[in-house]
Formats: sequence, structure tokens, C-alpha cells
Amino acid sequence: MEPMREPMQSILKEFPVEAGSLIPILQKTQEAFGYISPQAVERISRFLKLTENEIFGVASFYSQFRFIPKGRHSITVCLGTACHVRSGGILLEALERHLEIQTGECTADGRFDLEAVACLGCCALAPVVKIDGDIYGNMAVIKIKELLEKYE
Amino acid sequence: MNKLKALAERSRAEWQALHHPDRARIYLGMASCGRAAGSEEVRKTVLAMVKKHRIAAQLVDVGCIGPCYLEPLMDIAAFGKPRISYGNVNPAKAEMIIEKHLRRGEIVRNLAVGHFADAPCDDLPEFFAQPMLKHQVRIVLKNCGFIDPENIRHYLARDGYSGLQKALELSPDQVIEAIAQSGLRGRGGAGFPTGKKWQICRETGREPRYIICNADEGDPGAFMNRSLLESDPHSVLEGMLIAGYAIGASMGTIYIRAEYPLAIQRLKTAIRQMKENGLLGRRILGSAFHFDLKIKEGAGAFVCGEETALIQSIEGQRGMPRTKPPFPASSGLFGAPTVINNVETLGTVPHILRNGPTWYRQFGTEGNVGTKTFSLVGKVRRTGLIEVPLGTPLRKIIQDIGGGPQKTFKAVQTGGPSGGCLPEELLDTPVTYESLAAAGSIMGSGGLIVMDRDTCVVDVARYFLDFIQRESCGKCTSCRVGTRHMVEILERICKGEGEIDDLNKLESLARTVKSTSLCGLGQTAPNPVLTTLRYFRNEYVEHVVGKYCPALVCRSLIEYYVIPDKCTGCQRCVGVCPTGAISGPRSEPHNLDKTKCIKCRACLEICRFDAIAGNAIAIRTRGES
Repeated sequence: MEPMREPMQSILKEFPVEAGSLIPILQKTQEAFGYISPQAVERISRFLKLTENEIFGVASFYSQFRFIPKGRHSITVCLGTACHVRSGGILLEALERHLEIQTGECTADGRFDLEAVACLGCCALAPVVKIDGDIYGNMAVIKIKELLEKYE
Repeated sequence: MNKLKALAERSRAEWQALHHPDRARIYLGMASCGRAAGSEEVRKTVLAMVKKHRIAAQLVDVGCIGPCYLEPLMDIAAFGKPRISYGNVNPAKAEMIIEKHLRRGEIVRNLAVGHFADAPCDDLPEFFAQPMLKHQVRIVLKNCGFIDPENIRHYLARDGYSGLQKALELSPDQVIEAIAQSGLRGRGGAGFPTGKKWQICRETGREPRYIICNADEGDPGAFMNRSLLESDPHSVLEGMLIAGYAIGASMGTIYIRAEYPLAIQRLKTAIRQMKENGLLGRRILGSAFHFDLKIKEGAGAFVCGEETALIQSIEGQRGMPRTKPPFPASSGLFGAPTVINNVETLGTVPHILRNGPTWYRQFGTEGNVGTKTFSLVGKVRRTGLIEVPLGTPLRKIIQDIGGGPQKTFKAVQTGGPSGGCLPEELLDTPVTYESLAAAGSIMGSGGLIVMDRDTCVVDVARYFLDFIQRESCGKCTSCRVGTRHMVEILERICKGEGEIDDLNKLESLARTVKSTSLCGLGQTAPNPVLTTLRYFRNEYVEHVVGKYCPALVCRSLIEYYVIPDKCTGCQRCVGVCPTGAISGPRSEPHNLDKTKCIKCRACLEICRFDAIAGNAIAIRTRGES
């Protein structure tokens, strides 16, 4: 894939060639492209002199890394303990139903992707949903529709 | 060595100018929790008001002062009066407060929470004399809510880096001795004596040596470290410098969760300011001590809070724990002696150096010296970040500080997924490492989750096990497969398909996982199940034998219904039901079709908050009528 050569190059050149660079490189790659593509793994493999298997092994171990493209907006539902006891799970289900996707997927029009996270650390405001950088506390099933309308 | 003195004097001058009685100030709590509650909207309103009316007031973005349930918090100091705190502010209230307090000098009493002054003020209560705050001892949280975390001068003006100065005047061994004498133990949960850890590392004599700050706060329901890093990052960084000096390290790494973007940003700002002020790099404060800091972002793996897994992760590997010994203090990062301390441990260190180990020993109890921060959440009236002396009974924390449970108390969970659920009878347990372990739980990093009668303990146990099962690194069979089986059994029980023998199977599996797993994750994973089986066995039996969930949580065992006497037929619920399960003509009690209902809560919420009658939709045990 030609178009990604340049940006990958500019990411890689910031890092020394050592195993410790792998996770920060993956993080920068995901930041730039929204996900880790097979092409990116191949480039990193050549740069760090690690096999693609090794890279995929590390990347798939950490929940932060995703292997499919992101939507224009990313919804993250907190399933921390405080959110769980305040029906965070039911909220996630309602979002799945509303968006007609499963957790970890992206809507067909590319507008939203949906993820669950173990804890966002805003437990006192449970249940919490994050859309892109914005955190919404005291969420409820009935607030979903209106909230999503704010994001095009 | 008067570099710090000069820095501190300049900073104090700035601080005093800011706090001059004639100058008006607006403080806004801008930590993540404040933002989640809407402080950014409030901030926009404030800025617009200030601009529109040309109000001469300084806006100070501060961190989290603790009572999250009052967020967004906005404080005003003006007209020579002390700082007044306003709680649960929204843009409309902010406009009114600014109009009245800042333009006309009238305190808005009905929205005011308290004042910050030694003397009485307009009959308002003192902020720190309120029930939630008066039982606390704030050492680690001293600066939180008072300083701008992105301004190093605020930190310096409040004795910042004077602990480092003290340390540099001592020999590294004397610093270790001071920490050992203070009795400080690891605040990440395991409680290993900090001085001892430093000593082991230093005594290896091998170069290089490293210090790592463990900010991989992964326990769901815990946010003490996030709050501290967002509200007072320099206190933790000062602690790292002192630790680095004591163990003889010239490199420190902060390993922090990527899920905490604001904390990362504030750490980066803090590190930049340290460099600008000669607090990082070569010859720090004119001494012979060289030190540098870097940030490593975690990538979302709970097990990386375990120190050997954390090291693997920094080295670019899958974060899988390895056998100990060797402990990291003798062989850690890239094989070098490495001290790994928790955020709060490091945040405590400067205070000990500043005030001396004897001063620190006055707090807490013998063997459990000092204070501990907790995130008090769940079904308790006053939620927030608190700091109490070790040895404080759980009851005092929940009742006096937290204001008690929302409904009848059922359990308190300490220590996150590795901890246990403790019942009412054990509420007089003092919060110490040993007493919590004796009760079957752990201190952990500081999550305290209160559960009331509406929380199902079987569901909670299933939740934690499911979390652990997903986060297990997979190295040990017992943890990888054992937790999976435990989750399956618990799911069965929650569905009403459990058998009484399942309880014995659970216990036996729990013991196996506990005794045959390598790291703390597996060894403590069964705690939520074991404690709930021990203290709430009846609730399991009710699910298994009676096939009902007394808390009305487990969805296979409950049903939603309309209370005809309460329903006015306002049709709000009909509009929100995603499956068309509710029907009925306007102004007549509605009908809820159980076969279509997916129990999504939408009707319940809309009826409670938005309908004409309210509370006309309820939950009952399946098959009950």
C-alpha cells in the first residue's frame, strides 16, 4: 500500500531500533491510522527486525490495539465496577442495538465504532460513556439517542 | 545550594500576588471527573461572562478536591472574603453565581457548599469541617484542588521540591533510613516496606539501577492515582527523584495507562517545567545528582500492574509475569536492579522527607503507619476521593465520610477484582493490610465499592471473575482455564440453571486457582467468589434452589411489569421501548408484554425521570404476580 509509506516512515524514524520501541511504535501507528493494518505490521517488522508473528503476538496481547478501521467517532462504554452496578452493561447492549453493531465493530456508514473499556476512572459519575475525547457521566439508556445526534 | 530557595521565593511571590485579598479568583475543578460532570461547559460560560462584563478575575484550573458527588465544583474568592465553594454547578448556575458573587458581592447561599478560612464566614460551614472531609487526614492530597497542576510555581510555593532538597543534603543511605523509619509500605496494595525495597536495590551495587513509577491503575472502580497525577503531578515526580537519589538511579520511567490521557498530558507538562527549572537533567539543584524521566504508556492490559509483567511490557514484550525471585529490586528492567513503586507511595515520600519520619509515624497504627487514599464509589451517598489514616474502621469510612449507603447496606468491596466483598458484621474491621487479608479481602490499591440491597453479590462475583478471565495472560493453566470454568458456573447460577453442587465445585476450583497460579492476579482472582460464598452463601442458594435473585438484578430471573394503579397512560414508555413490548391507549394503564420485553431499562428510566406519574414500571421476580 503506497499511501502509507510516507507516514509510517515519519513514525519509525523517531524510534531507536530496539524491542522496547515496539509498543510505542504500535501506539503511534494506531494514532495515525486509527488501527494496525497488515501493511503497517510488515513495515514495523522490517524496521525492528522482528517477525510479523512476534509483532502480532505483542499487539494482540494488549486491548488497546485494534486491527480493523475506526469510525469517525469512537464510543467507549465503561464497564468498571461502579458502572457495572449502575447498569453499564445494559447501556452497552442498548448502544449495540441502537447502532446495529457488536462491541468492537464499526457501523456500515463509518460514523461510529463501539468499544468497552474496563475502567475510565470516573467511577463517582457512573455509568460513564466516552465519545471521542468527551466523557459523559450519569448516562442512561434513554439519553443515548439524543447524545449520538451530537456527532455526525 | 540555594537554587531551590530562589525558585521558591519567586514562586511564593507569584502565589501571594494571586491570593491577594483584593484580587478575585475563580477556581474550577478540571480533573477528568470534573470534566465528566460538565466542568468544561461551565468553564466556557465563566470565560464568556468574564469577558462580557470585563470582570477582573483570575481563572485558576485546579485538580480534584475530593467530593466527586459535588462536581462540577466552582469556587469564588472576591471582595476580601474567603474562597467559597459551590457544588453541582451547571452553566446556568455559574452565570448566576458570577452575576451575584463576582459582580455584586453577594454569596449565593443555597448553592454554596462551604468556605476555606480559619475564621467563620457568613454562617457558612467550613469546607473541611463537613462530614465528608472532617474525618480525613490529607497528606498525599494536600495540594489537590488548591494548585494549578500545570503550573510548577504553585507547587513550589507550597514547599514543593523541599523534600528533594532535604534528601540531597543527606546521604542516599540516610534517605533510605528515613523512609524505613517512617514505616511507609507500598500503597499499590501488597504493602512491602518501601525503605527495605530501596535498600535491597541499592545494596546490589550493580549499575545501572532504575526507578519505575507504577501508574497502571487497572482496578475497575479505582481512580486514586489518576486523580493525584491530574491534580498534583509534581508531588509524585519529586518522590521519584528522591527514590532515584536514594537507590542510585539516574533514569526513571513512569508506566501509565493509556486510558488516562489527561494525566499523561499533565505529566508531560510537569516534566517540561522541571527541565526548565533545573529539576531534571545534570546536577539537579546544584548537587552531583543527575536524573532523567520518561513516560511509557501502557497498552491496556490489567496484568501489567504486576511488576514483572510491567517490566516485560516496557521491554516491548507481551506482559506476562515471571517467577520471583529474582525480585525486580535485584534483577528488573533489562536485568538491572529496579525499584517499582506505586504512584501514591511516591507521592508520600516528599512529605516524609520534608517533615521527618517521626512526624509521619503519628498517623495510622503500629505496623500500618500513615494515610491511604481510597476511591469511595458505588451505592453510597457521598462518592469521591478520600484520604484517611490507616486503621480507620470501614464503618467510619462508609457511614461518616460516605454518608451511608443509598439503601440498606449489603457489602463493601475492597481491593478491586483481587479483593473481597465484606458484609455488615465486618464493618468494624480497621483498614490495615493484615486485617483486610484476615477477612478474606485485600487492601489493594484503594478502590472501595459500596453495595446496597439492590446489588446482587452473585452477579458481582461473576462480573469480577469475567474481568479476570479476560485479563488473565494465559501463562498458568489454572488461571487461564480455571477462571473460565468459574465464570461458566457463575453464569449458569445467574441464569437460574445452577445446581447446589455447583457451589462446591466453585469453591474447589477457587482453591486450585489460588494455590497454583504464578502471580498475584491468579492468586487473588478467586477472592470475590470465596468471600461472597463465605458471607453471602444464602444469596447463592436463593439463585440455585429458589431460582430467584433477591436483588432483582440477574436478568433471566426477573421481569418488568406495569403497576396499573400508578400508571396514568402517558405513553412515554411506549415511545422508548425498542421492541414494542408496551402498548395501551393514552390515559389508561399500559400493558407490558413479557414475551417481547428484553429488559433494557428504557421504560423504567423514562417512567422514573420523565413520566407524568413516575415509578409506575417496576421489576419483580419472574413468574410473580
